[in-house]
Amino acid sequence: MSDSQWPLWEVFVQGNPGIPHKHVGSVHAPDAEMAIQNARDVYTRRSEGISIWVVPAVEISASSPEDQGAFFEPSNDKPYRHPTFYKIPEGVKYL
Amino acid sequence: MDDKKQLEQFEAKIAAGLKIEPKDWMPEAYRKQLIRMMSQHAHSEIVGMLPEGNWITRAPSLRRKAILLAKVQDEAGHGLYLYSATETLGVDRSELLEQLHSGKAKYSSIFNYPTLTWADIGAIGWLVDGAAIMNQTALARGSYGPYSRAMVKICKEESFHNRQGYEIMMNLAQGTPEQKEMAQDAFNRWWWPSIMMLGPSDDKSPNSDQLMRWKVKMESNDAIRQRFIDRTVPQAEFIGLKVPDADLKFNDVTGHYEHGPINWEEFFDVIKGNGPCNAKRIKDRVEADKKGAWVREAATAYAAKQAKEKLVA
Repeated sequence: MSDSQWPLWEVFVQGNPGIPHKHVGSVHAPDAEMAIQNARDVYTRRSEGISIWVVPAVEISASSPEDQGAFFEPSNDKPYRHPTFYKIPEGVKYL
Repeated sequence: MDDKKQLEQFEAKIAAGLKIEPKDWMPEAYRKQLIRMMSQHAHSEIVGMLPEGNWITRAPSLRRKAILLAKVQDEAGHGLYLYSATETLGVDRSELLEQLHSGKAKYSSIFNYPTLTWADIGAIGWLVDGAAIMNQTALARGSYGPYSRAMVKICKEESFHNRQGYEIMMNLAQGTPEQKEMAQDAFNRWWWPSIMMLGPSDDKSPNSDQLMRWKVKMESNDAIRQRFIDRTVPQAEFIGLKVPDADLKFNDVTGHYEHGPINWEEFFDVIKGNGPCNAKRIKDRVEADKKGAWVREAATAYAAKQAKEKLVA
């Protein structure tokens, strides 16, 4: 990012109580407080949220799309992590 | 992985209906085309605030004023979503704004027409936002994740713009003879530019094949234009306005309206910068940027002061 504009903040909005915050986009702002105010005006003009998080975009580390296959592969050959892997005789209840 | 293999995977992903995300590999032509399209789209939202902003202080009632303010604020928001979506492709917003202010970047031809009466505000919401929705609902199915997501959000909001415009036109069309005349006059002036804003006809629209395959473009300009006309003509008839096209007729066999010749010369002339308001729009935009500079400077200074005080404490 060039230094000709304010830092970029990624915006996360919680839509209703009890559900996770979800990424909705980003805003430029000089500090966190103003980033939250800008995010409110840009992303929640129609009551889309009850809570906003902003995170400096440069602080986010992400897995790399090129490594997606290998990176997530270890869980692919472990079907025994799912309940459907196990055969339970008919008639056995609450299992 | 070599580029050929990367390209194959990229195209397979798109063909399977998956979205391309910012960090994914993409061909340079895809990135370039998206930056061009998305920034033009963002500029159009921002410049689009000017013709309507012209009527905020003169709205005929408090209700209309509050609605128009909310609509113009939405357009600013749309500009922001789109600039931030464009930035995910590795370009700075400041750079894009610089291109707009220097006249290098394009924006929608429609905003170079003047808003002469209150009825123009109705015509813009109904026709211009109506045409934009046709285009944007198609783009929402596009392959680039951030653009497609911005389009989904924008389309939801545009629907209010469209309806409030139609309501203005309906009220005027059902009003006094003078009000009806004003509505018809605005309709006459905005109909053709609205049809043209959907872009050149297919035989004059360059490199569409690749863009369609990459789902950068989802539908041809003519297909979108046809749908807009088919939907809008009955809306006009319902409120007693006459479509300013002597050749317009409904084809019973195809189930579509057929329209008269479009004045493409005018369209390309406006794009080139010779529309009634091109110079004024850029001048106003540059001035707004200058006049707002102190707010940005103050915000920066305030943030620096807060950070310093936090450090001391």
